[in-house]
Parts: sequence; structure tokens; C-alpha cells
Amino acid sequence: MAADPITPTTGRTRLATTGARRATEAALMSANGRDRLIGMVFQALLLLGLSVALFMLAALLVWSLVEGAPRLGPELITNGPSTVRPAEAGFRTAILGTLLVVGGVVAVIVPVGVGAAIYLEEYANRDRWLNRLIELNIQNLAGVPSIVFGILGLAFIVRGPLNLGFVAAAGSLTLALLVLPTVIIAAREAIRAVPPSIREGSLALGATRWQTIRRQTLPAAMPGVLTGVILAVARATGEAAPLLLVGAVTFVTFNPNFFEGGYSTLPVQIFNYSNRAQDEFRVLAMAGVIVMLGLVLLMNSFAVWLRNRFERSW
Amino acid sequence: MTSIDSAASATGPGFSSQLLEASSRRYGEKAIGVFLAACAVLSVAVTTAIVVSLLVPTIDFFRQVSFEAFFLDTTWAPRQATSRFGVWPIVVGTLNVVFWALLVAIPVGLASAIYLSEYASARARKTIKPVLEVLAGIPTVAIGLFAFFAMRPAAAALLPFLDWSSLWSVGVAGVAVGLMTVPLVASISDDAMRAVPAALREGGYGLGATKLKVSLRIVFPAAISGIIASIVLAGSRAVGETMVVLIAAGRTPALTVDPTRSVQTMTAYIAGTATGDIPTGTLDYNTIFAVGTLLFAATLVLNLVAIRLVRRFREVYE
Repeated sequence: MAADPITPTTGRTRLATTGARRATEAALMSANGRDRLIGMVFQALLLLGLSVALFMLAALLVWSLVEGAPRLGPELITNGPSTVRPAEAGFRTAILGTLLVVGGVVAVIVPVGVGAAIYLEEYANRDRWLNRLIELNIQNLAGVPSIVFGILGLAFIVRGPLNLGFVAAAGSLTLALLVLPTVIIAAREAIRAVPPSIREGSLALGATRWQTIRRQTLPAAMPGVLTGVILAVARATGEAAPLLLVGAVTFVTFNPNFFEGGYSTLPVQIFNYSNRAQDEFRVLAMAGVIVMLGLVLLMNSFAVWLRNRFERSW
Repeated sequence: MTSIDSAASATGPGFSSQLLEASSRRYGEKAIGVFLAACAVLSVAVTTAIVVSLLVPTIDFFRQVSFEAFFLDTTWAPRQATSRFGVWPIVVGTLNVVFWALLVAIPVGLASAIYLSEYASARARKTIKPVLEVLAGIPTVAIGLFAFFAMRPAAAALLPFLDWSSLWSVGVAGVAVGLMTVPLVASISDDAMRAVPAALREGGYGLGATKLKVSLRIVFPAAISGIIASIVLAGSRAVGETMVVLIAAGRTPALTVDPTRSVQTMTAYIAGTATGDIPTGTLDYNTIFAVGTLLFAATLVLNLVAIRLVRRFREVYE
């Protein structure tokens, strides 16, 4: 009864183990034949799917480079826009507009986004309905189409209560509201990843709640928070749809101002140029795409690098 | 908070009831708490502002145009001399885009997700995931131009038997939107499949199942709520996508299912019409908001469904 199951001694158990081994081998043998072929075909299909996505990405990058290359040069950035002379037109005012708008976005999303994340992670009581509503609301806002934020910007910021008019500040605020959920969600993840023992240690030494957050939790969560902010800024840099509604389509030949006068941004200017019939404008638009992709991809890869570099398990 | 305070002061000398209270009122701490709460509440205010700014002009719109004229008519010609407000052509235009987008995003996204979660080595994952994230970060204007100037001619060359006389093609725009949403489908489905406990896979292998069977019959069904959520979210993104359809699908409202035709989607109508200074309160202005309300409602329903589904897989396995 107490016989070692690995080295059976009696004839009956030996019979049983060989039977079991045969059955297992038979099951595995079939995998060596037809099933293995099917498995390989399946894996090939998976790889095919993945490579479709990667191929399109590569094709887009290469194609933009090839199409826009003839107009790449310093005058692309230093020259202002023109509707009549595509050969000399550039993106100066649009790039300045993008810098203004994105600067405003950063000024809003960093305090508000990180503040909301701290509140939800460190202060909020999950059982209260208001906090649950806030959570659900942020998740939903992250999925609201960007053009709807454009409508909000038009009705609420350009006109209506804020009444800023079609200025860069309006575009900035619209984009800030659009990317705010991204920042909040990323910052929450980062703050949640800081182990409670760090907070408890700080509190036990007599630090107040805010001192603990400012000197322990936030510094520890900083790489994750920064990653979220950079990804949000990259998205704001490339976003065009909501800006169409809040005035960025105006054709500006002068350097834009934050609170008055017309403005445009790089993606909107690209869209405008691409709408024109002549081929030169198309090349100009594609050269703009290279500049925009360069900016956005640089930010995105920096964010990814930052996350991988500072990713640590406590 | 109070329990932590009292625990901290209890270690001090002269443990008395007076020490259990904070030594100062700490108004600064309270003010910071209020500021942080205000930041969080702002997001609710944004949603409220969206709803209010959509609904007020929409109610005005329905004072001027009847429900029947909006939902039962099949001609969308809002800026003509004899305006018609039948919303179906732009709704069907949007659905066309969603159909082609999902036709691409579901197989490509799920294949990528299954590969990443079940087949890829840790090293391959570490390289492929960031690349997919780069694809997710490409500005939509660039994707739209790529679809219009590169993908449409390529499609016309590959499928010469179709009628490519229209410059804009809803099929090409939809495929481009689909490729754009592949990272979304892949990343959420990958998360859901990786949340399936290893014990379930090992049980399958223990019973002699092949990797294919473990992936498709054990992991896939166990992660189904997350997978469906990723597809619903991709649908929601396709409904709301603006620049790609504006550039590549055109602006002609048409009730058609032909992928080579030009259509107008709800988003393209809003972006195309609101570009330029439309006076507040006119019928043109209100029409934008009526379409916007429809768009917002559609994506809201899709998002809530997806959020529910994601919560379910998180509850079961995490």
C-alpha cells in the first residue's frame, strides 16, 4: 500500500503505469503530427496579424519621409505661411501657435491632473458615491470623442460663460480638458504603485498628510506621473479636430499671441495645406507631417524610455 | 487620519488627552485637501458642461425641426435652400466607417494580443509593445493623409475591378481608422488574457492540450469580457474619429454601403460645418449641436458598456 509510486514493484502497478505512459505518449504524439502543423499555421497567422500593424506603421513613416523630403530645410520652420507661394511657405506661425497652445495645456494639466489623482488615491473614500461618480466620470471622459470637446470649447470657452473668443488660450483650455483624463489615470496608477509602507513610515515619524505626499509619495511616483504628462502633451501636439471648432483654422501670417488675435497649430496648418489643389502644397503638408511626427514620436519615445528606466518593483 | 495622529502622539512623552489633538489647527493641510478635491470635482464639472452645452442648442434645434424630420427622413441637406434634416445618411456613414474599422481591428488586434500574451518571449514583448504604443500615438492628421494619398491609390491598384471614380473612399478611411485602433484592441485584450491565472493554462496542458487549444479554448474564453470591452472601445473610437474620415472619406452625405464611395460621417459634418465663424443661435449652429448630442450619446453608451466589462475581468482575476 505504501509503495513508492515512482518505482512500482508489484506487477499490477507496473501494468497501470505503463498504460498511463502509453496513453500520455499517444496524446502527445498526435501533437507531433497534425496538431503541430495546425499549431504552426496558427502561430504564423498571429505573426501575420501583428506584422500588418507594424508594416503599416513603417509604411506611414517611410512614405511621409519620402513625400516631404523635397521641402525639408530650415526655411520650413522659419518662413511664415502663404496661400500663393507654396515653394517658400513654411510653418513658423503654426509652430509658434503649437508651442503657445501646448504650453498652456501643460500649465493646466500638471496641477489639476496630478491634484485630482492625489485626491482620488490619497484622500477619497471609495465608498462615498461622489468619489465613485468621479472615477466613473473620468473613465468615461477618456473615451469622449475629441470633436465633442471642440463643441464644448466652442459653446463654453470661445463663447458662452468664458467668452474668450477665437484665441490660443481657448484652444489651449479645450485641449487641456481633452487630455486631462489621460493624465489623471496615469498619475493615479503611478501613485498607487508606491507601497503603503513608505507613507506609513513617514506618518509614523510625525509628518502630516501633505508633507508625506509632497516629500515621499510624489517623488517616488514622479517617473510615472511624468510619463503620463508627456504622453498627454504628445497627444495635444498632434490633435487637430477640436481645434477646428475653436478657431485654429484662421490663416495667420503674424506670430500668434496667447490672449488675442488668430492662431493656428501645426496639425491644423498641415490639414489646411493638404486641402489645396496644387502638388506643391501637398509636399509642403507632408514636410509639416515630418516635423510633427518628429516632435510627437520624440515625446512618446522619451515617455516610454522614462517608464522603462524608472520602472521598479518595491 | 485621526487614528494615525493619535498613534504618532502616543509614542511621545506624557501621553495625555491633550496630545491626542494636533498641536496646531493645520489650516494649510485642510486648504490643500480642498484644492485637491476641487481638481477631482472639475472632471465632473467638465462632463456637466459638455451635457449642458450640447443640450441647450439641441433643444432649440428641435423647436425648429421636428423629431420626425430628424429621425425618419433619409436626406441630409442642412445648408441647402430647402433644408432637409434626415440624419440617417450621416449615421450610416459613421456605421460604414465603424464596420470597416472593426473588420481590420478585430483580427489584427486580437492576433497581436494572443501572440503577445501567449506566444511571445518576454524580450519580444518588451520590444513590440512600445512599437504598438508608437502607432497609437501617431497624430490622426498624418493617418488621414496617408489613407488619402497612399492607401487609396494602393487599394485602387490592388482591386481594379471596383469603381474608384470617387476621390474619397469610406472603405479606405475605415481601414485606416481600424489600423489606428489596433493598439487599443491589442493592449486591452493582452491585459485581459494575461490576467487569466496560469493555473488554468497548466490545467489545460496537464490534460494534454496543445498551445493552440490552451490559447483559444481556455485563455480566450476566460478573458472574453476584456476582449469584448476592447472591441467596444475600438468601435467607440471609430465613431468619434474625425480627421481621418474628414480627409479620406469626404463630405458627401450618402446612404450607401459601397466602400469606394464618399460619405459624410457625424464627426466630419461637425468639423466641416463648424470650421468658420457661425453665428450663435442660428439653425446651422444648432444643427452642429444636435448631431453632437447624438454622437456623445452613442459613445457614452459604448464607453459605459466597455468600462463595465473591464471591471468584470478585473474583479474575477485580480
